[in-house]
Amino acid sequence: MLEIKGIHKDFGEGEVLKGVDLSVDKGDVIAILGPSGSGKTTLLRCMNFLETADGGTMCFDGEEFTFGHIKKKDIARLRKKTAFVFQNYNLFLNKTALQNVTEGLIVARRIPKTEAVATGKKMLDKVGLSERYDYYPHQLSGGQQQRVAIARALATDPEIIYFDEPTSALDPELTGEVLEVMRQLADDGMTMLVVTHELGFARTVSNKVIFMEDGMVVEEGSAEDIFEHPKQERTREFLRLETKGN
Amino acid sequence: MSERTLHILADSFWKILLPGLKVTLPLTAIAFALALVIAIFVALIQFANVKGLKQLARVYIWIIRGTPLIVQLYLVFYGISGLGYLINPFLCAAFVLAINEGAYCAETMRAALEAVPVGQMEAGYCAGMKYHQIIRRIVLPQAMRTAFPPLSNSLLSMMKDTSLVASITVAEMFMAAQRIVARTYEPLLVYTEVALMYLAFSTVLTWLQHLGEKRLNHYQNTKKSGK
Repeated sequence: MLEIKGIHKDFGEGEVLKGVDLSVDKGDVIAILGPSGSGKTTLLRCMNFLETADGGTMCFDGEEFTFGHIKKKDIARLRKKTAFVFQNYNLFLNKTALQNVTEGLIVARRIPKTEAVATGKKMLDKVGLSERYDYYPHQLSGGQQQRVAIARALATDPEIIYFDEPTSALDPELTGEVLEVMRQLADDGMTMLVVTHELGFARTVSNKVIFMEDGMVVEEGSAEDIFEHPKQERTREFLRLETKGN
Repeated sequence: MSERTLHILADSFWKILLPGLKVTLPLTAIAFALALVIAIFVALIQFANVKGLKQLARVYIWIIRGTPLIVQLYLVFYGISGLGYLINPFLCAAFVLAINEGAYCAETMRAALEAVPVGQMEAGYCAGMKYHQIIRRIVLPQAMRTAFPPLSNSLLSMMKDTSLVASITVAEMFMAAQRIVARTYEPLLVYTEVALMYLAFSTVLTWLQHLGEKRLNHYQNTKKSGK
């Protein structure tokens, strides 16, 4: 469904991505692990064109694109096939929970308002926020805000959802409710690409795990491969340290 | 208080207040509305980094903020009159006040736009929205909330600055007061009276500002919590 080849990115202080390849099939739940500064967030942001990658190609539903030479129109079109969940939620601060979910439907996809509102409510119900339609972001907890963000992502019926450390800004007692929603999505067959520090989630929910360091993929495989039989010394070390830390 | 003083006060009250209601307030409203349009436009040009126009915007702000309002009023009104064209003093005053205040408000708006978190823009893009849609529906409303108190400040100060347009023959509140002083030789009394009227106008505007802020506060947490 989606394939990335040789993606490069340099912010001007050395390469952050040094030729990463990635292939996503429909229904995949891929966890991207790695220490801070390994380039995993940049990878995700480049894939949705929030950063402009310097080189590499993307193949999405059979269409071929070259990073850095992709038309604005194509970017807009590709973004409508995807959704993005941010580390710090980025809910529209001047919109209610429901408006956050319907905004992209009504404004970007020109869906009639009544239909959009019905979809919006359904999505908020799905993430367990049926009591919070008319709340503004500042009236919600971090976990609730992130669940609104997930509902917003779901509403547009994307082919893939990118998650950029969705629980990193949350208190430990709030991460559970967000991970639970994500687990639900995975069970429903949603294609997900998740940058995360939650090893437990990566281990039990994802079907593929990628370990990145220093702008490169060090190791990839099934969750079992990576967690039970890591081949690379660096992967073993990372897992050891992370597990101890938790 | 002598009978004469009371008589002057009673006589001048309407003679000052009426031009206030008929000239000062409409002039303020028209000029400020226009200034806001200019400010939003000029701020957005800079925010969007439109090449060429951005430099033009900076030059505009530099010139306007670098010269006194009264000089600008004289330059436009007497300058154009001097060329032999007749211009309406009220319209000229509204125009100059708008251009002048527009430069200050543009800076306020620019700061307010820049204060909106980048993530709002990114979230809009990821929701499939176009730049202008995100600006109009997400960024600008948030920036307006931030800019509201300083913009109210500008409105207040502009309302008072309309007194300067007396010097280009606009018969507003302050000119009315000057005329009465010329006739009665009671500067202390009459100027105090006109000062109190400006104060009354300001008080109403300040009250409106509070109402406006209350209305705009619904989506903003003004009592900042710990996080």
